[in-house]
Amino acid sequence: MNYNWNWGVFWAPSPDGAGTYFDMLLAGLQWTIVTAICSWLIALCLGTVVGIARTTGSRWMLLAGNAYIELFRNIPLLVQLFLWYFVVPELLPVQLGNWVKQLTYGAFYTAVIGIGLYMSARVATQVTAGISALASGQRMAGLAMGLTKAQVYRYVLLPQGFRVILPPLTSEFLNTIKNTSVALTIGLAELTARARAMQEFTFQVFEAFITAAALYVALNIVVTLLMRYIERRMTVPGLVAGG
Amino acid sequence: MFSNLDFSVVSNSLSYLFFEGMTFTLMLTAIATVGGLLLGTLIAMIRLSSLPVLPQVAAAYVNLMRALPLVLVIFLIYFLLPYVGQWVMGASRPIAVGALTSSIITFTLFEAAYFSEIMRAGIQSIPRGQVEAGYAIGLNYRQMMSYVVLPQALRNMLPVIFMQTIVLFQDTSLVYVLSITDFLGAASKVAQRDGRLPEMYMFAAAVYFIISFTASRFVQRLQARTAIVR
Repeated sequence: MNYNWNWGVFWAPSPDGAGTYFDMLLAGLQWTIVTAICSWLIALCLGTVVGIARTTGSRWMLLAGNAYIELFRNIPLLVQLFLWYFVVPELLPVQLGNWVKQLTYGAFYTAVIGIGLYMSARVATQVTAGISALASGQRMAGLAMGLTKAQVYRYVLLPQGFRVILPPLTSEFLNTIKNTSVALTIGLAELTARARAMQEFTFQVFEAFITAAALYVALNIVVTLLMRYIERRMTVPGLVAGG
Repeated sequence: MFSNLDFSVVSNSLSYLFFEGMTFTLMLTAIATVGGLLLGTLIAMIRLSSLPVLPQVAAAYVNLMRALPLVLVIFLIYFLLPYVGQWVMGASRPIAVGALTSSIITFTLFEAAYFSEIMRAGIQSIPRGQVEAGYAIGLNYRQMMSYVVLPQALRNMLPVIFMQTIVLFQDTSLVYVLSITDFLGAASKVAQRDGRLPEMYMFAAAVYFIISFTASRFVQRLQARTAIVR
């Protein structure tokens, strides 16, 4: 191989004037983390609502929940981001559309909404699975005690259901982090986009992408360890579903 | 609101969208599924074997691929392949590898990691007694695997494999970053040429939805039919 390795390039100043190339990648990592966390909040909130809706026993809610999941699961994430970024502003009233198009962090907001909704469908299937995994006696016992339906969910079903699905939710969060890289197509300067930019400026292809890959792996390990810690803290002693 | 949409741009470009674009998308999906499944099965068998070192290498490969975003891997392999080609062929300078070839190799290698996890679960779902019975009637490892374990593992995992293929079909849209004319790439090129982004992207979304939704319905029916009654 006659590739010229030059790891020192990370300490050369980058053309964006904000510091070295290494700073540039770290700034990308920050965007990746912020985008992933914001998307994940949307995914968790909407996913929980839709997941609950599918377990209430109402046929109408089940159909609506299923339609929501099928809609967001059967269109590629890239196409969904394009829809939010290029199509939705055109369909809004002209003034509102222009305001949306001129937002400073337009790509970021689009990515958060697009990835958040995309992942919410996946979270919803997990939430439904978690609640369905509980013994049906749990719901009946809650109702028999005189709790309202909302109270049964708040105090009986959700606390147990979420403990059951913590491991799959961890991998869905890791998927959210990975999916933020798709947002480079709408101009979000996250980690992969920064590595790509660095490669274009310096021609040091492998230094840029290997470092970006290492940062993704490190992020994965941190999140996995953190979630394992949370899982341990959340375990209810003596409960099979809790641990 | 919808008054300035003009869908004639879609009907005018249908043959380009489907014969150029969708053909490549489906070809990439098919090659990556078959290649990924073969390579993935091999990786799964290595991981479950008692060979020295190799199981750890295979596990490291799978975990690495699953930790990285596909977009990053698409770029990395695209830039890496010319150097690999040079090394394999002993050439004096990096070899030109087209975006199409590169994307096919990338998706096969990437999907192999995911398929290997599916096949590992499939192989582990076969009761130990099946393996022992296979050895007891005098089969060697290769025969035992190819006549006893793998056919059952494949059958048990068929719905999951098809679901992964649907995910793969959607993921192929990411070759957009290499400016390849897959279905989305074709739609995007027409959209930018004619200044008709809303119409083209809405149409592309509808096509992806119809294909993926129909396929996933088919998989659900298949799952009900192929379930082995125990």
